[in-house]
Amino acid sequence: MNRITKTAFGLASGLLATTALSNVAAAEDLTLCWAAWDPANALVELSKDFTKETGIGMKFEFVPWTNYADRFLNELNSKGKLCDLIIGDSQWIGGSAENGHYVKLNDFFDKEGIKMSDFVDATVVGYSQWPKNTPNYWSLPAFGDVVGWTYRKDWFANPDIQKAFKEKYGRGLAVPATFAELKDIAEFFQKREIDGKTVYGASIYTERGSEGVTMGVMDVLYSFGFKYENPDKPYEMDGFVNSDKSVAGLEFYKALYDCCTPPGASNSYMGEGIDAFKSGQVALHMNFAFTWPGLQKDESVGGDKVGFFANPKGPDGEQFAQLGGQGISVVAYSDKQDAALKYIKWFATADVQKKWWSLGGFSCLKAVVEDPGFAASQPYAQTFLDSMAIVKDFWAEPSYASLLQASQKRFHDYVVAGQGTAKEALDGLVKDWTEVFEDDGKM
Amino acid sequence: MTDANATILERAAETAARATPAPVAKRVRALSDRAVAWLFIAPTMVLLLAINIFPLIWAIQLSFTNYRANRPNEPVRNVGLQNYERILTDSDTWLAMQATAHFVFWTIVLQTLIGFSLAYLIDRKFRGHAFWTTVILVPMMLSPAVVGNFWRFLYEPQIGLFTYIVSFFSGIPPSDIAMLSSVKLAPWAIIIVDTWMWTPYVMLICLAGLRSIPDYIYEAAEVDRASPWRQFWSITLPMALPFIMLAVLFRGIENFKMFDMVNLLTGGGPGSTTEVASITLKREAFEKWRTGFSSAFAIILFVAVFGLANIYVKVLNKVKSR
Amino acid sequence: MSAAAHSVIEPSAASKRVAGAIVILYAVITMIPLFWIIATSFKTPPDSIAYPPKVVFTPSIEGYCNLFTTRTRQTAEYIQSLPPATNFCDETTRKRNMVIAGPSNFLPRFINSLVIAFGSTFCAVLLGTLTAYGFSRFKVPLADDLLFFILSTRMMPPIAVAIPIYLMYRELGLSDTALGMILLYTAVNVSLAVWLLKGFIDEIPREYEEAAMIDGYSRLQAFRKVVLPQATTGIAATAIFCLIFAWNEYAFAALLTSGTAQTAPPFIPTIIGEGGQDWPAVAAGTTIFLVPILVFTILLRKQLLRGITFGAVRK
Repeated sequence: MNRITKTAFGLASGLLATTALSNVAAAEDLTLCWAAWDPANALVELSKDFTKETGIGMKFEFVPWTNYADRFLNELNSKGKLCDLIIGDSQWIGGSAENGHYVKLNDFFDKEGIKMSDFVDATVVGYSQWPKNTPNYWSLPAFGDVVGWTYRKDWFANPDIQKAFKEKYGRGLAVPATFAELKDIAEFFQKREIDGKTVYGASIYTERGSEGVTMGVMDVLYSFGFKYENPDKPYEMDGFVNSDKSVAGLEFYKALYDCCTPPGASNSYMGEGIDAFKSGQVALHMNFAFTWPGLQKDESVGGDKVGFFANPKGPDGEQFAQLGGQGISVVAYSDKQDAALKYIKWFATADVQKKWWSLGGFSCLKAVVEDPGFAASQPYAQTFLDSMAIVKDFWAEPSYASLLQASQKRFHDYVVAGQGTAKEALDGLVKDWTEVFEDDGKM
Repeated sequence: MTDANATILERAAETAARATPAPVAKRVRALSDRAVAWLFIAPTMVLLLAINIFPLIWAIQLSFTNYRANRPNEPVRNVGLQNYERILTDSDTWLAMQATAHFVFWTIVLQTLIGFSLAYLIDRKFRGHAFWTTVILVPMMLSPAVVGNFWRFLYEPQIGLFTYIVSFFSGIPPSDIAMLSSVKLAPWAIIIVDTWMWTPYVMLICLAGLRSIPDYIYEAAEVDRASPWRQFWSITLPMALPFIMLAVLFRGIENFKMFDMVNLLTGGGPGSTTEVASITLKREAFEKWRTGFSSAFAIILFVAVFGLANIYVKVLNKVKSR
Repeated sequence: MSAAAHSVIEPSAASKRVAGAIVILYAVITMIPLFWIIATSFKTPPDSIAYPPKVVFTPSIEGYCNLFTTRTRQTAEYIQSLPPATNFCDETTRKRNMVIAGPSNFLPRFINSLVIAFGSTFCAVLLGTLTAYGFSRFKVPLADDLLFFILSTRMMPPIAVAIPIYLMYRELGLSDTALGMILLYTAVNVSLAVWLLKGFIDEIPREYEEAAMIDGYSRLQAFRKVVLPQATTGIAATAIFCLIFAWNEYAFAALLTSGTAQTAPPFIPTIIGEGGQDWPAVAAGTTIFLVPILVFTILLRKQLLRGITFGAVRK
């Protein structure tokens, strides 16, 4: 017994020593924090060039989307030194700017000749500016992203399926132009036998913990006529957030969830969506554009079998899409800000941005996306451009986390758990959001 | 320790000091027993003060403010009892409490029934009972977070092993068994995992209880020709009761605090059906960053556990002294 | 706890057999999830999500490959432009149209777990032994209250404790450090350690030390040379408990660490593949994480049993 305890303690002290040493050895490396997803892995691949050029090693900290905001906002709020560079979500920008988590980049951009006008305008407003629409930059647009749809092109092209659809709906089976059409298609595919397998209509966002269900619901609400606030009177939400049109939109989302999603899809976000589509379970798949390169390259559902389309129109012909994507920022608590800025400078160059796109990263540089060859460079490139043209984003206020938590609860309780009505959910949301803004002293 | 003992000790030390050569005696005197006692106890106390008590006091103080940990630059306002008032009048709080109560109640019922039965059977001392007891213990040694996470896989509606087994025996198609996403099933999904994990613990304590019953009582019952059934109800169960109650107390406290397993299995969903108190607290404190508000919530929870546990211990002592 | 058997009222052979059968059935059923974790860790990703679940399969270490690497999906042309694969993991990854981009963070997290669990166990047992001895042998004013206070600190929900600790560590610069986590786990464990160890030390007759001191030992020497060897079993039992707690702890680790000092429990659930969780990799991580605990449970089962029942019954 004595020996066991002794060995254990010896082991412990030995380990303490080794980790201390390994920390010292890695002192010059930069750590970049982002979400755990394929673009991040592509960035690891891309960053090998940076290490080659500068000799600065890169370490990475990737966290799945469902923990991403939690973990990194916690890290920033604790003034942690884990991340030197962070690719933070678009909605964090207000809080991170006001609380001094990010280094302001204006002087650096001026000095290095990096011009924000070289980047797609929507991404500059969405990812870099705080306050919005003022020339105060806190990050460099790194990854453009937007919600759109993928569908099973091979099923849509199947003559038998086409015939059955035409018989039932009196029109051809094609990419939906409106959400009503989208629901028809989803209903049509739900529980249909294709190649001996039961398939389902659509995979949509329903995740509760982080931001999933909100990103999905908003995507539909915008096109149904939802507004965050009175355009003439900021923070006046009653009658805008809970307008009849918004209610119709939320009811639509619930109907879509109830009728046409695969079993057990009560907590699905990007990852679950990818799984559902890749395993051949669903005909339609709502997801951020980042998933498209991976699905295009997939062995079983990629290539000719997958097609892409932007968010369809709402009942009044309005058409919007939820903005995703992130900018890259330097963390104010980092001891290696100079090296971190060097990385941003490298990352902003046109050649690197071109390679970024080819590896699966959605570059925000105009030189890349406005290149005449861009739209044809990948099957999804045109859909990406179309979607980026119609983006809207969630609140980017410093209180965004509280605002998001409220919508997560209200939407999930109604859409997934079936509690109350859509009107009650949105009225409740107005109440919650009002409370947050009152606490902030903004109302 | 009695005073008499202490004086004996002191005298022994004095004797020792007198009987030993000067340098040793000096050392003994230099570190009097009182000094040694404080030397031994103080570090722990300092640590507990720093890591437990000081933060607790800080939390109490914060609970009267509107402080937000993610807005260090904003002025902190004293809001009096407003946080407490908000929590206690908020219907969501009571929903969380209901979810917690449902979870605590059913896990205790199931674990006590299964745990006691197992202990009773193991006490039959069949061959190899020691080995199988160790095997049964394994789940409770594992990390609730890491293993709880894996249960998500077992519960997957299409591909999960649990789903498959249930569907195999019940005939319900596996796509209809959505343990984690159905409002009706999710609360049971977490109860099943907790029961799987912690029944061994209840079993062990019950086993200790059964083994503490002296043989002569049973022998006397044999002499009186009491039936085994009667022996069970009038000897085994009453004498093991304090142990069973103890197990219930520990499981109750632990499950009232439950966070890790539920957080990974359902994260409180679907909707808010499995949102137990700790999950609500985590959302308020580390997602909405309402530090003052969540401190008040934490204090309320602490008082609740502490109060309930104390009442329970009183009852327990009554049972014991019977 | 008396280990005396009910020798006189020995259960009948038949009832023993029935009891044994039921207990063994229960044990086997509770082992299924564990078996499934280990089995899944040796499956390929397609095998792991097959329906009906595959009990017989060709074992593969792809899950372990994925656990230790990060991979990115690339085009065939890009993969061909790379130098040839050097090892098994490289090869399997490329067969799936992916390339290994770099190591994953599993290894550093596992090392963090080792450092923090063993470090805090060492501190908790050290402090616990000293304090337990203090309470056991000396007249300490308010001893009962202090002991109760020490124990009651375990009743706080971890999230409630984490709020002020988070603020405090932020001010002290202890956020996301191994030292911070060791201190915290020590504080949580020391209450249990004192409680358990006081029981063990109470059992050691104080005459031993008194005799030693009469022989010229100082109090400290007597403690070291007489009491400690006698208490080894108790110390070992206590150490296992502290170790299991620190090894398995999730809530504090998830809230107070983000990377540098993060342990394995908050990390393992975040291992994902291209879509949701990469189950073979998660299972591989879980298996590696469980092995030390399984070994401890089997090696030290006697001390463990004694500790559990003892701790419970005393409380």
